[in-house]
Amino acid sequence: MIIHHPILGPRDAQEFVYLGDAALMNRPDGMTAGIEEFHDWLYNRDNPAGEHQELWYHEQGDRSWLVVTRNTVTHEITKVELARDVARSKGRSK
Amino acid sequence: MRYSGFRVIAEALTGHKGWKPVWRDPAPQPEYDYIIIGGGGHGLATAYYLAKEFGQARIAVLEKGYLGGGNVGRNTTIIRSNYLLDGNEPFYEFSLKLWEGLEQDFNYNAMVSQRGIINLIHTDAQRDAFTRRGNAMRLHGADAELLSREQVRQMYPWLNFDNARFPIKGALMQRRGGTVRHDAVAWGYARGADLRGVDLIQNCEVTGMRIENGRIKGVETTRGFIGAKKVGVAVAGSSSKVMAYAGMRLPIESHVLQAFVSEGLKPLIDGVMTFGAGHFYVSQSDKGGLVFGGDIDGYNSYAQRGNLPVIEDVAEGGMALMPAIGRVRLLRTWGGIMDMSMDGSPFIDKTPVEGLYFNGGWCYGGFKATPASGWCFAHLMARDEPHKTATAYRLDRFLKGRMIDEKGQGAQPNLH
Repeated sequence: MIIHHPILGPRDAQEFVYLGDAALMNRPDGMTAGIEEFHDWLYNRDNPAGEHQELWYHEQGDRSWLVVTRNTVTHEITKVELARDVARSKGRSK
Repeated sequence: MRYSGFRVIAEALTGHKGWKPVWRDPAPQPEYDYIIIGGGGHGLATAYYLAKEFGQARIAVLEKGYLGGGNVGRNTTIIRSNYLLDGNEPFYEFSLKLWEGLEQDFNYNAMVSQRGIINLIHTDAQRDAFTRRGNAMRLHGADAELLSREQVRQMYPWLNFDNARFPIKGALMQRRGGTVRHDAVAWGYARGADLRGVDLIQNCEVTGMRIENGRIKGVETTRGFIGAKKVGVAVAGSSSKVMAYAGMRLPIESHVLQAFVSEGLKPLIDGVMTFGAGHFYVSQSDKGGLVFGGDIDGYNSYAQRGNLPVIEDVAEGGMALMPAIGRVRLLRTWGGIMDMSMDGSPFIDKTPVEGLYFNGGWCYGGFKATPASGWCFAHLMARDEPHKTATAYRLDRFLKGRMIDEKGQGAQPNLH
């Protein structure tokens, strides 16, 4: 698989480390969330067959975190964004 | 029809005209007492033991494609019970004991071959860890032996014992481990279930579940609605898809694991060997092909095929361990979809929906578990309480802090 890095261009997926569903970015607020909400965030997954947004870390590159939109049935990658930009678009400061 | 040596000779002398189809092809009934979703190894074993050991009737197995067409036909056929943790080892030892009597039990040749499995040791720390694991196995009634470097050399003198990074210092051996003809396991269970009146319904995909007042009423399928008092789901690889029909999210990611077979060779390896440090394990089929594999690809996938980097990684592991295979050609590679759970261990449990039961999360260890998985799932469905070897496989164990994490990796499915 080739991941089109928004800054570095096309890179082999081997250069990256895979973390999982990009929903892991949406960690509940530790001061208010209950144990069930935290459990759901950490352990449960949608695990779709089809389009999936996921976190890839460019370990052997610029060490940026990316949000890659990829089809889990065909392995086709349709969108690659910096995780930072995705977080900011949701109103986060970083 | 009962199979025997006499029967084979009699058929040979009469032109093999007496063989009948091994199972019926029934149309679905409007309602059953038990529906098992998934006609793979675990689903067929569940139906078989429900009928045979738990005396239940009116059972159907619903299969989207053909019987045994999923992971039971795509694995590398290894059986073993070399686990460390209390939640796992008794279950897998129960499974190995069932393997030992399986062919007599279901009157089918599954080619169960207890040719022994060794896990290679490269460091003092690894020897300590394997010693501990071997002791845990023996405490639960399994067999385990620690082999010295010289004992391993006697078995396989052609291994690369002096690899600079991972020199071979010994091995943990389980002599009762081995291999089984995987397709025959599905066929044997299917035939055994069919003979006891179980309806095996193929080309019948479940497309929804009918749940009323928190209780399962039946399943919607491509062949219409089928009512049921109890429904068991055994569709590892696609668990999240099917359980979503009941509104459940699971602690599971689907990942692809590749496997490989080489061209046929003369006898080289008479057992099973794992080189965990090099992401490589291997055995040799009775046809002579080296059957081997390594790690999962590491990203969510439902594709049943992997990518080239893992093929390269596995081939490098093989070359590091066995330089002699350098000119052997690869015959085939393929992939299967694994339910990777959050602690690397499976689930056999009830669900919040009354009458709906779940079996899944087998990671890449589902094949060896087939008999015990079927037995324990049947036990749970028939008696509404877990079998004594499967009490730890709860869906709520992450919430309760009772993970069964053999590798200690935490909630990172692609590292288990």
